[in-house]
Amino acid sequence: MSSHDLLIGLAGVLFAAAPVVFATIGETLTERAGVINLSVNGTILLAAMSSFAVAVSTQSIVLGFAMGMLIGAAVALLVAYSSIALKQSQVAVGFVLTLMARDLAYFLGNPYMGRQGPRVQHLPIPVLSKIPVVGPLFFNHDLLTYFSFVLIGLAWWWVFRTRPGLTLQAIGERPAAAYARGAAVNKLRYLYTALGGALVGLAGPTYSLSVKAGWKGTISGLDGIGWIALALTIFGGWDPVRGAAGAYLFALLQWLGLVLQPYLPNVPSQVLQVAPFPLMILTLLLVNIGNAEWVERTLAGLPPDARRAISKVLRWMQVVPPASLGVPFEEE
Amino acid sequence: MITSRWTQSLLFVLLAILVALLFTSAVLLMAGASPVAAYWYILKGAFGSWTKIADVAVAWVPLLLATSGLLMTFAAGLWNIGIEGQIVLGAIFTTWVLRVLQHSTLSPAVILFLAIAAGAIGGALWATLAGVLKVYGGVNEIFGGLGLDFVAVALILWLIFGPWKRPGIGSMSGTEPFPQQLWLPTLGQSRLSLWALLLGLVSIGMVYFLLSGTYFGLKLKAVGKNPRAAYLLGIPTTRYLMSAFLLSGLFAGLAGAVQVTAVYHRLIPAISSGYGWLGLMVSMLINFQPAWAAPVTLFFAALNIGSIQLPIVLKLDSSLSGVLQGALVLSFLLMSGVRQRWAHRHPQEAEHE
Repeated sequence: MSSHDLLIGLAGVLFAAAPVVFATIGETLTERAGVINLSVNGTILLAAMSSFAVAVSTQSIVLGFAMGMLIGAAVALLVAYSSIALKQSQVAVGFVLTLMARDLAYFLGNPYMGRQGPRVQHLPIPVLSKIPVVGPLFFNHDLLTYFSFVLIGLAWWWVFRTRPGLTLQAIGERPAAAYARGAAVNKLRYLYTALGGALVGLAGPTYSLSVKAGWKGTISGLDGIGWIALALTIFGGWDPVRGAAGAYLFALLQWLGLVLQPYLPNVPSQVLQVAPFPLMILTLLLVNIGNAEWVERTLAGLPPDARRAISKVLRWMQVVPPASLGVPFEEE
Repeated sequence: MITSRWTQSLLFVLLAILVALLFTSAVLLMAGASPVAAYWYILKGAFGSWTKIADVAVAWVPLLLATSGLLMTFAAGLWNIGIEGQIVLGAIFTTWVLRVLQHSTLSPAVILFLAIAAGAIGGALWATLAGVLKVYGGVNEIFGGLGLDFVAVALILWLIFGPWKRPGIGSMSGTEPFPQQLWLPTLGQSRLSLWALLLGLVSIGMVYFLLSGTYFGLKLKAVGKNPRAAYLLGIPTTRYLMSAFLLSGLFAGLAGAVQVTAVYHRLIPAISSGYGWLGLMVSMLINFQPAWAAPVTLFFAALNIGSIQLPIVLKLDSSLSGVLQGALVLSFLLMSGVRQRWAHRHPQEAEHE
């Protein structure tokens, strides 16, 4: 592979990762507030189909994107409402919604299958895109990819460097304490669930109007992405930057699956296409193993040098969820 | 209010069904179809002839087996999303034993028995892996299970397109079919095997007995309700969680074994047919109570079979059954929340119940 091909391939990875970045950061914000929205996989499919349908019917890309984000926010609000107001299990409601939204997408999307539709315009940034290496990698995309770069920094800054971000962390960790200090815990949880849901919804049109333009029903290749985004949220330790890094790793693995195909004639191409999925989810083992009790016990029996080295590596990978993740809060 | 608790429950159930039907009808109208016609064709497609009724029973068995397994893990408070993969592994193990033994001198009945037992072991093995990831690796069982689902899909595709491919070229239509003496005998001309049906009914019966009539079930439910308290009371939590996974995988593996020996007579990529996911929906709908599993799985199987002909007669996608099933479960969850809220706000009326 020439260096030119490699550059184009890597630029493609950054482009293809944009929707996964949106969904992962959306879910990260929602879970930081203490709500698990498990509906991501179905939401992405339904948002992808609906925004494509809207864009085809109205010939407006903007309306298409608005539709996708609206659907994401609406589904997420349903999860938040059934959890906060109706005291139902977030996992149960989210899970039903993920399956139902998927079937809704396939059912209502039937007439739009394989149709030609508008797609987001390619928009190289003048001057910057001419810089060698950096230009083609970062400044030769469409608006969505640029937004995905900006969003990573923005979300990180919001969560870790602003006062409202501090409140966001507090309502996910210790809602009672935050409430006592005047934070409207449940109102904020609704807000962040809707915001996170809208970002998850944004992933839909980013696929159907850009990355994988069109709607092809069950063979659209989008089924499973949402579960990856949920896994990346954990992998990222609820940190937008680390979560996004996971999204790029996933896109890289998918690309490698395509590139390596000619060199691995004995492995059927179908296997290489699904291989990144289990790999990404099994990375969860790496980031969680440090929490296990038996690991601590085993480590205690090792010589001090080895113990220190291993626990250093484990601690570096280890993630700890927001303390009140998935726990409803009663405002009294 | 003078209504008894029983009539009140019935009222909420009917209301939940009505809401689900209204939602699905609205979806149908959006697709430009007549809801009445759609429901009529689903009914006809499920019960219109003896062949169709037999087909419903054919779909009922794996769904019943998957639900049986899921009720065990749910009792322990676990979301066994890995069930799809466990069904797949059951089917793979069954196919493997059939392939090895099909030219042996053993009688077909023995071969079939061994193959189905192998399926159960395959499912249990895969479930145990999810259990190890959860209990010893700290990986939430939803994601560990999903990961193993994806691995199972990769594995079955590799087998069908690789080592087990048909003479010539591998294809999505699956492996070479087994000779007819290795099919579970079916009833008359239908595709229904009474052996499979019996297996399904015995399984759910066993789960009912285990969960409501034994100390094992009682302790398992204690672990599910509050693992910390159960541990402090001297229940070996780890062992109980692992047993729940193992039993769940056993039933799921049987579902895969039935799909191979009684329905498809070969390994196909979509061997699990989504029955694991559907079993999760059923379990939520019946609020994890085994007594309701048989009728509700039968109803869901009827919806699946009934919607198969929708693309032909009404040019609608057959995923409508999934929309209706999802709407039912969601509506039940929301309604029970509404009901609790109502009881909370009207305590004096709730006392009369």
